[in-house]
Amino acid sequence: MKAILLAAWRYRFFIISSIKTELRTKFIRSRLGGLWMILNPLAQVLIFAFVLSAVLSAKLPGIDNQYAYAIYLMAGILGWSLFSEIVNRCLTLFIDNGNILKKLAFPKIALPLIVTGSALVNNLLLFVAILAIFGVLGHTPSTALIWLPVLMVVTIALAIGLGLGFGVLNVFMRDIGQVVPVVMQFLFWFTPVVYMVNIIPEKYRGWLVLNPLIPIVTGYQDVLLYNRAPNWAGLGEVAIVAVVLLVFSLLIFRKASPEMVDQL
Amino acid sequence: MSGELHVQNLGKSYRQWGSELRRVASWFVPSIAPREEHWVLKDVSFSIGPGEAVGIVGQNGAGKSTLLKLITGTTVPTQGKVQVHGRVAAILELGMGFSPDLTGRQNAYHSAGLMGYSQADIERAMPEIEAFAEVGEYFDQAVRTYSSGMQMRVAFSVATAFKPDLLIVDEALSVGDSYFQHKSFDRIRQYRSEGVSIMLVTHSMSDVRTLCDRVILLDKGLVLKDGQPDEVVDYYNSLIATKENAKFTVEQRREKNGWMLTKSGTGEARIKSLRLLDAASGNDLAVVQVGQAVELRLEASIHTDIPQLVLGYRISDKQGHVVWGTNTWHTHQIRLNVKSDEVIVFRLPFTCTLGQGSYSVSAALHSTDSHLVDNYAWVDNQLIFDVINVDEDFFIGSSWLDAHFVISSEG
Repeated sequence: MKAILLAAWRYRFFIISSIKTELRTKFIRSRLGGLWMILNPLAQVLIFAFVLSAVLSAKLPGIDNQYAYAIYLMAGILGWSLFSEIVNRCLTLFIDNGNILKKLAFPKIALPLIVTGSALVNNLLLFVAILAIFGVLGHTPSTALIWLPVLMVVTIALAIGLGLGFGVLNVFMRDIGQVVPVVMQFLFWFTPVVYMVNIIPEKYRGWLVLNPLIPIVTGYQDVLLYNRAPNWAGLGEVAIVAVVLLVFSLLIFRKASPEMVDQL
Repeated sequence: MSGELHVQNLGKSYRQWGSELRRVASWFVPSIAPREEHWVLKDVSFSIGPGEAVGIVGQNGAGKSTLLKLITGTTVPTQGKVQVHGRVAAILELGMGFSPDLTGRQNAYHSAGLMGYSQADIERAMPEIEAFAEVGEYFDQAVRTYSSGMQMRVAFSVATAFKPDLLIVDEALSVGDSYFQHKSFDRIRQYRSEGVSIMLVTHSMSDVRTLCDRVILLDKGLVLKDGQPDEVVDYYNSLIATKENAKFTVEQRREKNGWMLTKSGTGEARIKSLRLLDAASGNDLAVVQVGQAVELRLEASIHTDIPQLVLGYRISDKQGHVVWGTNTWHTHQIRLNVKSDEVIVFRLPFTCTLGQGSYSVSAALHSTDSHLVDNYAWVDNQLIFDVINVDEDFFIGSSWLDAHFVISSEG
């Protein structure tokens, strides 16, 4: 385990330059360039807000802002997009880079770190954009924002914990690459991003504890919309789950590493 | 410090697990064994000493690439071990990980980073990389606007920008125009003279002869021969020559080096064997030196009585240009009234005045001036041989002209 981290440290320049490269290449030939990183999730917010606000906007108790639903959506999407980007990209990470892995000897762990780094930068840009929109909508987030980094760390840990494991297994069992996106769709709709938790019927609510994303997403909503600290108990549990998954994934990664290249 | 490489009992097997779940389970339960093992490399041991240049040759599937991957560490050996002292630079494929939308400079940064160098190191080497690549102002333009040759130049320039202790080169040098090929070779020679150990994997016998102190021949995953370049190259020659003739019945196949072998014919006469021999010793050849006396020998077996029999030859270069060709109709050597069950031997002694490169021989048995009438037997690219220049002064092109400079000063 220590060797993996040391290797990553040795390749830190490569990791950082790769993140830059990735951001640069993604939009290099598009007119709006880096703006698309922000425009895509915001378009999603706009769609949901447009389609669903008529139904749901009245049901946000304790918020006076008429744009409350849009703010609620953006808070949730901010958390969700960080999580889903890392998971989805980790899933095909080793397969996508198969050619390089076969030809060049470099620490494989650099790949998920590059993905995480670029996802984080994307997310921070989205965050800045969201703050600007909040300003326009007349919503000022409070000092609760200081908890945001904690939320991000937990989100990232959970996302890598899941994504890395699936990414490694996907090299050997390509079905995983098909199944996980479907599961992610379910997960999105089972997480209160576009709706409020309290519209779920009472009898099903017990199941919600199984979804580790709920404390995260509600944490984002707490911090960005309700201006309060996240629910630490729930978040703590998720953090523990995330650490366990992370350790397990690293273990799989370490075991699979020697065989991975032969399967690409 | 110069590099050393020690390979001991190296073996690699690809495992079949039956199901992938078994494989995953095996990571946690050591007693779960794979269903099947397929060894592509076995018991390979050799060393490369400081400053030594060693060539690795072998046919496709001999295990060369696997050996390289094991040495560079992209795959992990199933048994044995690889010990490397010093810094290794491997050119397995030029331009790996180049992104078409980035500039040459940015790509150079990126791939040097992939080799593990720090920003400061790369910045220091960048002027040298730019200079060696010789792509001019293109260096700061997107790589997608490059010709493939330019891309190779940048890639090679980056790959060799940092002087390693052990340089591993895989075929990569056969790309690019000849000017750049020369430049690349010069850089490798220069590294060699500075004491860098070199491992060169190639199909090109001339590269091996000019660059290496020692050659290792791999065949079917085993070290078949390890010795002086001449000795090993000759051995390889005969190995290939016997294989060529053994594969006689196949109708059409893509040969190594990309030659396409095609056979057709009505079958009244068949080509029993087609060989390229050294005129002096009578040994089969796959590599010919410029100026060597050789002989093409074809045995035709006759299966029906034939009134007229003509043999035609065509020697083509790698691009398919016919370098030379004629037939026995044009040379007024038609065999008349050939009887069934006869075997006719056609010998064609000549001096090899071809230039360096790979050539193929096509042969046809027919009845008149062209094979369009009565095409008894026809084979395209039946015999492949390489021409190398060992003794003569350097020249380019596909013909060795008996030309000499006469230089004088006047006035």
